[in-house]
Amino acid sequence: MDIHEYQAKELLSRFGVAVPRGGLAYSPEQAVYRANEIGGAKWAVKAQIHSGARGKAGGIKLCRTDNDIEEAAESLLGKRLVTTQTGPTGKLVSRLYIEEATDIDKEIYLSFVMDRAAERIVVVASAAGGMDIEEISHSRPDTLIKVEVDPAVGMQGFQAREVAFGLGIEPELISKMERTILGAYRAFRDLDATMVEINPLVITKQKNVVALDAKMSFDENALFRRPQIAELRDKSQEDPRETYASDRGLAYVGLDGNIGCIVNGAGLAMATLDMIKLAGGDPANFLDIGGGASPERVTKSFKAVLRDKNVKAILVNVFAGINRCDWVAKGVVDAVKELDIKMPIVVRLAGTNVEEGRRIIDTSGLTVISADSLADAAAKAVAAAKSAA
Amino acid sequence: MSIFINENTSILIQGFTGRIGTFHAQEMIDYGSNVVGGVTPGKGGSTHLGRPVFNTVKGAVQETGAEASIVFVPPPFAADAIMEAADAGIRYCVCITDGIPAQDMIRVKRYMRRYKKEQRMILTGPNCAGTISPGKAMLGIMPGNIYMPGRIGIVGRSGTLGYEAAAQLKDLGIGVSTSVGIGGDPINGSSHRDILEHFENDPDTDAVLMIGEIGGPQEAEAGMWAKANMKKPVVAYIAGLSAPKGRRMGHAGAIVSAFGESAAEKVEILKGCGVAIAPTPSEMGATIAKVLQARKAA
Repeated sequence: MDIHEYQAKELLSRFGVAVPRGGLAYSPEQAVYRANEIGGAKWAVKAQIHSGARGKAGGIKLCRTDNDIEEAAESLLGKRLVTTQTGPTGKLVSRLYIEEATDIDKEIYLSFVMDRAAERIVVVASAAGGMDIEEISHSRPDTLIKVEVDPAVGMQGFQAREVAFGLGIEPELISKMERTILGAYRAFRDLDATMVEINPLVITKQKNVVALDAKMSFDENALFRRPQIAELRDKSQEDPRETYASDRGLAYVGLDGNIGCIVNGAGLAMATLDMIKLAGGDPANFLDIGGGASPERVTKSFKAVLRDKNVKAILVNVFAGINRCDWVAKGVVDAVKELDIKMPIVVRLAGTNVEEGRRIIDTSGLTVISADSLADAAAKAVAAAKSAA
Repeated sequence: MSIFINENTSILIQGFTGRIGTFHAQEMIDYGSNVVGGVTPGKGGSTHLGRPVFNTVKGAVQETGAEASIVFVPPPFAADAIMEAADAGIRYCVCITDGIPAQDMIRVKRYMRRYKKEQRMILTGPNCAGTISPGKAMLGIMPGNIYMPGRIGIVGRSGTLGYEAAAQLKDLGIGVSTSVGIGGDPINGSSHRDILEHFENDPDTDAVLMIGEIGGPQEAEAGMWAKANMKKPVVAYIAGLSAPKGRRMGHAGAIVSAFGESAAEKVEILKGCGVAIAPTPSEMGATIAKVLQARKAA
C-alpha cells in the first residue's frame, strides 16, 4: 500500500528524520494561508499523488508570492497529473503540500528495501541524489552503497556511519546523518514498510540534513497490526475497478484489454492472461478468486469484472481442487442468470467432477461456451471478444 | 523414494482443531498420510479425528516422534508456529498460511539459522499448496487424485498452476515422484534452487518441472545452479509474460521491481542455463514428454 509524500514525511519525522516545514491544502486559498503560516520568502507547492517523477511532470511549482501560490494551486487541484509512472490516465490531484523552500548544497539518495535475495532489510544510498534509482544504477553504479541489516539485532550505529562516510559527508554532519538513517530504518521496521525512499535527502546550505521528498510503501499482510497505517489509504489514487474488488476481498488488477478473466489461484490467473495474449487477445484484468471458488465469490467476481465497460467477453478458468466443478458450474450459471449477462462467457473447468460441471454448463440454456483446455478456452474467448467488438 | 515425505513419515497438524485444519487433516488421512496427531494450544489431552491433540509441538514430538508438520495457523501467529516446529525438532514443515507479514518471515529465516544446516528444519511455503509424494503421502491441500505416481519432480510457486501441470502429465501417462509448492510470498522457506538440489539427489526422480512466475531472483538463481550442478534435465514455465511492471499479481511476491524479475527476462536467463522452456502453460506436460523422449533416444 502506498501513501502520500506528506504522510510519509509526518511518519518519518516521528522517528527523528528532519523534514522541511509544511502544511496541507485543499484549495488555492488554503495554500496561500499555509504559506503565510510557514513564513519565509519561497515555497514549493507540491501535488500529492501516489507517484514519483512529479517534478518533471509539472506537479511541483516553486513560488515567491501569494499570487504565484494561488495560480500554482489553481493549476494543479482537481486535475489529473500524468507522470512517467502513472500511465496515460494520470492521477487525480486533490491535495497540495505547501513547503518552505530549502537551500540545497548537496543531494543524496537514500532508501530501504526488503531484499529478497538477502532476505533482509537493505539500505541503499548514493551521493548521486535527485536522479531515480534506475538512472543511478545505470549511469552511476559506482556511487551505490548497500548495507544489509541483521534482523536479530537491527541496524547498528556503525552501519549508518559506514553509509554516511561512504557518501562523503563532511565530519561535522555525520551524527545528523546517522540519526536520519537510523530513524528511517526504525520507521521501516516498526511500521512494517516494504519500501522507504528519501530522494533527495539534502544537505542544506545551513548544514542540516533534511528529507526533501519521501515515499513509503507498506506490507498489506501486516496492516492488521498497523491500523494507523491502514487509515492512510487514499482510494482516490487507485483504479476504481481495483478499489471495488479489493473492498470485496478479491485480488484484482485492472488491465487495458477487453476479455474479463475470473480464475482461481494467482499463478493460474497469470498463466491465463498469458494464454489470451498468445491467442491474439487482450485481457481486461487479472482476478484471483482464491482456492475455494464458492458461488458467492463467483457472483462477486462477475460483478467486479463487469464494472469495466471495455469488457466484451468473459473467460472463467477454474481448476477445482478441494471444491467440485459441478459446484463451480452451478455458481457460474446462477451468477449469469442473476446478473442477466448477455455477453459471451467461456468457461473452462478442470479437476474434481469435471464431467458433471460441463453438463451443467452445456445444458443451462445460456450463452455460455464450455472449453476443455487452457488453450481451447483462450482461443474461444479471443474469438468471442473479436466478434462482439 | 521421493523427497521430504513418504508413506512412513509421521505427520503433525499445527492448527489441528480449527475448521480448515480439520478439513484438510481428514483429506490427508483419507489419502493415506501417516497423521499421528496435532497441536492446538489449550486443547492438549483431547482427541480429534481419532488422533491425540497436544498443547505444544515439543510435547507432541516427544509423545509421537513426529518428523513432519503442516501449519494451518492464521497469519498473525503463523511465524510463531513455524519457529515452534523448528525448535521442537520437526525435520520438514509445510506452511499453508497465506498473508504472513514479510518481516515475520525475515525473523523466521533468521531464527532457523541458529541450527547447523544438517540439523535445520526444512520449511516450504508459506502461501503454498503443500507437498505430495503421489501414492505415498500428501502434506498439503491439493486434490490428491490428479497426481499419478511416477518419476518427475515438480517444484512451483503456484498451487493451481501446479495442479494444471500434474493433470497434463497424468493425461500423457507421466507420473510424479514428489510435487513441492514453495509458495507465492517474497520471503519463503525454501527456494526453487533448494528443491532442485533435493530432486537431483533423489534416485527416483528423472527430470524436474519448475513452475515459476514474475518477481524475485529465485528462478534465475535456480537456473544457474542447475547449469553448474545438475545432470537431470529441467523444464520450466514462467507465468506472467503479460504482467505489467510494478503491479502485484495476486501473490505477495509476484511483482516485477528489478531487472531480471520479469517473465521474459527469466525465460532468457533460464534458456541460457540450458533449461527447456514450456512456451505456454498448456504445454508444460508436452515439454516434459519431449525432454524424456530425447533422453531415451540419446
